[in-house]
Formats: sequence, structure tokens, C-alpha cells
Amino acid sequence: MRVPILKQGDYLIASVQSVLSDDDLRLLRDDLADRVGRFRSRGVIIDVTVLDVIDSFATRTLRSVAHMLKLRGAHTVIVGIQPDVAFAMVQLGLTLAGVGTALDLEEGLEYLNGRSHRLHEHRAFGSREEDRLGHPVRPTRHTQEHHALRAHEEDEKKLFSGHASPRSLDYGH
Amino acid sequence: MAIESRVRISDTAGIVTARQQGRTLALELGFEGSDLTVIATAISEVARNILDHAKSGEVIISRYQHGGKRGICVIACDTGPGIADIEQAMQYGYSTRNGLGIGLPGAKLLMDEFHIKSTVGLGTTITMRKWMH
Ligand SMILES: Nc1ncnc2c1ncn2[C@@H]1O[C@H](COP(=O)(O)OP(=O)(O)OP(=O)(O)O)[C@@H](O)[C@H]1O
Ligand SMILES: [Mg+2]
Repeated sequence: MRVPILKQGDYLIASVQSVLSDDDLRLLRDDLADRVGRFRSRGVIIDVTVLDVIDSFATRTLRSVAHMLKLRGAHTVIVGIQPDVAFAMVQLGLTLAGVGTALDLEEGLEYLNGRSHRLHEHRAFGSREEDRLGHPVRPTRHTQEHHALRAHEEDEKKLFSGHASPRSLDYGH
Repeated sequence: MAIESRVRISDTAGIVTARQQGRTLALELGFEGSDLTVIATAISEVARNILDHAKSGEVIISRYQHGGKRGICVIACDTGPGIADIEQAMQYGYSTRNGLGIGLPGAKLLMDEFHIKSTVGLGTTITMRKWMH
């Protein structure tokens, strides 16, 4: 089954709905690559809450999806890995090294928001992500305004496209 | 549910069916929690190896009883190219096709028993078991 991909502001959310065959996984990779380009998305959340097995193939694919999307300028965060699945992955020695993970969608969005703040900072001033004392740099007024502007634009887009806010959506567990 | 289930592996749908059958039988046998996922994951690895390295084959899942012990038995067999050096193939990270090389050693770690028989040109049979504790 093809994984539905939802556009949510700067982000894409792919909610895996059923057990995925290898072909579904490849399709997901291609769809995401295509849409990240089309919508200029900054982040991608892949929700794997319903996956009952993440084996070496799935791990390899998720990793390569994330690395490919990074080359296209988007951060990927995998959310919803179930405790039993995580347990089996650890026993197998499978890691998602270099890929963001978060507990659920809400935390996934927070993770990406945090990242894009830092990304703006980086882009606007060419500064490091941390100041000399190692504290994360707060967004300046400039970047905050930029965010507000973008958020405003997105709200308008949502009004016209009928998208709801992330939290009111049912992601189908 | 039958006490034994045979799943033909010739495409990725077969892999999905095999691990679902494994989970169902394990549940019926009384396995619970993470054991179910561990068994399904091990099945997924050996079934995938059939598809990747031998093109097609079969996974047979059955209940197993020996002495006072009860558990689940998974046999994955194919008539593919076979494995020339089993010791090497069982090494963590060894892969002949740019994989992670985690399938075989991983499945062994996940299960309680793992036996592999392979003859070049004739095929490979993997037998693995997990006991109820
Ligand atoms: N059924 C089989 N028939 C023939 N060769 C096999 C079979 N199963 C495994 N092998 C050989 O053993 C090697 C190691 O297998 P293993 O599953 O550990 O790694 P992989 O399949 O290459 O990668 P991964 O499973 O991590 O994606 C394979 O690369 C292959 O050469
Ligand atoms: Mg393998």
C-alpha cells in the first residue's frame, strides 16, 4: 500500500499505514524525494507507529531515505518506533545512526522546529549553531519575524487548502 | 490455526505473510510481548535472504516440543546457490551484496537455537527455534 504523504507547512508527514513491502518502501522514498523538491520542504516526519517489524532491510531503507532527503535539503525524523520493535532492533544491532528519531508526531514536530530555528540562524548569519560557551543560539528578532511571516503564509495556504493544524489530525494508529 | 504453516517466498509479500504467520502461531503457543516481535523479525531476515540470495524458497513455521521444553520452530529452505563459507557468512557485517550483513548473525542472536546447512549448488536450509521460558 502506498504511504500517504501530508503537507504540513514546511514539513511533510508520511504515515505508514500498514505493513510495508520492499516495493512500498522504495515508492515512499521516491515520493518523498519528489515532494521535498516540489514543496521545498525543510523537514520530513516518517511515522512508523504501525510497523510491527523493522528488520535490516527496513533499517537500511529508512537510513537511505533520510540521507537522500538530507542531500535534498530536508531533515528526516522517524517517529513512533514501538518498544518491542526497538527491543528487537537493539538485539539485532540495528541502529538509525545519523537519522533523527522522536517518540511521537508531536515530539517529531518539535524536533524539526528546533532544527529549522538553528538552520535559519545558520543561513542568515553564517554563525555556528552554538555560541562560544556552547549555548544554543536563540533565534534573533530577524529570524523570528521571518518565522512569523512564514507561519502567516502557511495559515493562509491552509485556509485555502483546507488543512487543519497538526494536532487535530487523526493519523490513524 | 494449523500447527504448521508453510509460506512460499518468491516476492516481498511472501516475507510479510511469513512473519505474520510466525507471529500468529507464536501467540497461539503462548509467547508474548517482545518475543513475538523478536520471532517475526528473525523470520523476516531469513525469508529476505531467500528472496535476495536464492530468489525463491519456503518458510515452514511449526510448534516444537522436546523433553519438557516447548517452543516455535522456523525452517527456511531454498534450492539456491548455497553458501560456500558459512563461518564467514555468519560474521557480523559480512555481506556479498553491500547489505548490512546483519541478517544471519542477527537472526541467530534473536533466537535460542540456530542451525545452518548449506551446499554450494544445492541450496540452504536454516532451522531456528525459540523456547518458551
Ligand atoms: N539463503 C541463502 N542462499 C545463499 N546465500 C545466502 C543465503 N543467506 C545468506 N547468504 C549469504 O550470506 C551472506 C550474509 O547474509 P546476511 O543476511 O547476514 O547479510 P545480507 O543479506 O548480505 O545483508 P542484510 O541481511 O544485512 O541486509 C549474504 O551476503 C549471502 O552471501
Ligand atoms: Mg540478509
